[in-house]
Amino acid sequence: MQFGVFSVSDVTTDPTNGRTPTETERIKAIVAIARKAEEVGLDVFALGEHHNPPFFSSSPTTTLAYIAGQTQRLQLSTATTLITTNDPVKIAEDFAMLQHLADGRVDLMLGRGNTGPVYPWFGKEIRDGIPLAIENYALLRRLWDSDVVDWSGSYRTPLSGFTATPRPLDGVAPFVWHGSIRSPEIAEQAAYYGDGFFANHIFWPAEHTRRMVEFYRRRFAHYGHGGADQAIVGLGGQVFMRRNSQDAVREFRPYFDNAPVYGHGPSLEDFSRETPLTVGSPQQVIERTLGFREYVGDYQRQLFLVDHAGLPLKSVLEQLDILGEEVVPVLRKEFAALKPAHVPDAPTHASLVAGRTATEEAA
Amino acid sequence: MATAKLAVVSAGLSVPSSTRLLADRLADATATALRGHGVQPDVQVVELREHARDLADHLVTGFPNAALRPVVDAVVGADGLIAVTPIFAASYSGLFKTFFDVLGEDALAGKPVLLGATAGTARHSLALDHALRPLFAHLRAVAVPTGVLAAADDWGDQGLAARIERAGGELADLVAGRAAAAPADPFADVVPFEALLRANGT
Repeated sequence: MQFGVFSVSDVTTDPTNGRTPTETERIKAIVAIARKAEEVGLDVFALGEHHNPPFFSSSPTTTLAYIAGQTQRLQLSTATTLITTNDPVKIAEDFAMLQHLADGRVDLMLGRGNTGPVYPWFGKEIRDGIPLAIENYALLRRLWDSDVVDWSGSYRTPLSGFTATPRPLDGVAPFVWHGSIRSPEIAEQAAYYGDGFFANHIFWPAEHTRRMVEFYRRRFAHYGHGGADQAIVGLGGQVFMRRNSQDAVREFRPYFDNAPVYGHGPSLEDFSRETPLTVGSPQQVIERTLGFREYVGDYQRQLFLVDHAGLPLKSVLEQLDILGEEVVPVLRKEFAALKPAHVPDAPTHASLVAGRTATEEAA
Repeated sequence: MATAKLAVVSAGLSVPSSTRLLADRLADATATALRGHGVQPDVQVVELREHARDLADHLVTGFPNAALRPVVDAVVGADGLIAVTPIFAASYSGLFKTFFDVLGEDALAGKPVLLGATAGTARHSLALDHALRPLFAHLRAVAVPTGVLAAADDWGDQGLAARIERAGGELADLVAGRAAAAPADPFADVVPFEALLRANGT
């Protein structure tokens, strides 16, 4: 099982001292967070994409390529890459490029994006969100899987005799996760292609995630990619830890109370009960995270959100230390002991290349 | 005997509240009329006051918490709805509007609804038709023709009882003649992916 962190890339004022990091500080901080993730033994770093303040990450593959140059082992991903408003040709090119530079340590998570004005800024309409996700992804697959593409659709200019370069590393496209909070159509899309499904999970009640994942697993089996328990599932999580759980609550509360998305609403205690947010000791995070398996089954990837709401870099790096030293080693062992042998690990470039070679030899 | 679920939403704020009093009178009139149709009413009353903070949380988080969820389910799953608000500043109260804001676009589509309101004076009577009816038209609910506004003076007037009885009878007629409500399930009939691809023409 893979463990990692994902970042929304928000530039948020620290509510405890009123200080707002500059974009430069926050961008350098993200690189430090990714390097630290590798140093403490995590597997994955994933970065969001936004095209409006207060977010900095408009160009994730640029950032991830830089991180690739500073790391050796870390799997680089996105959370999410906008399949609706980006040109699928550019996605095909950018991520193939990143594959070559990062020696294949690349996958990506596709999402629709829910910031209304971004659609018209990129010449699209939010009402077309689902059809855009369907058409653009169908084209993206062809651009990666076929050397020469003739194509026409509703949302971009036709292609005739087009080859996306560079070609995917070793002729194998990066693995794709489809991320969704509430659209069954996206879980259906992930199931149809036999791709991964990433349930955002955080900020929402567990029951919602349980139903989405159950639906994806059932449809994955329906489309003949394997058993329902062999579908590739990722989950988000949100944690803040201190050795003593009261210290964690005291330190995190001002960040919680003023956070974008959920701040100025429910109490930290209410939100912790209603959603996967866990603020407490490492042991509490271990127990809560192991509990996710009870409603989504054996899953392949767990990403934690640790760097939002204005938390200073120092605190974030401390969170990564705790994850790497105390939490993830226990979770690895416990999840591995529970996982049946026929449940696959998350695909990597190496496993996808091996799978293709095996298919060719069989043919 | 057939049964019908009747949800009663009251947005009154004081305790006791004349809005709740009107809601109970409308529920009784509807229940009596339903029994006349051979239908056993199953009445559930929702006091929005008790969920004021839950509703504010929902605005911020985007989902109903554990206390609000059964209330939303009861209203969405009801065969008929009685919705009663005090008139504040010439319209429904903010609390009342918030509840219907968070229910979702299709939650009340096709549902028979009886509209009621309370006000200080009868000069607010048209708020029912200028404010409440457009809201429920937007939600594609089926509002019965008679809405009931109870101004302070109405509580000493025989005319109020007659309007309540007529409105309750209209709601009962709609509920009794209608198939039972089924809760919406977003996973029940998802369009297969081949059909989604075809719809796109790719």
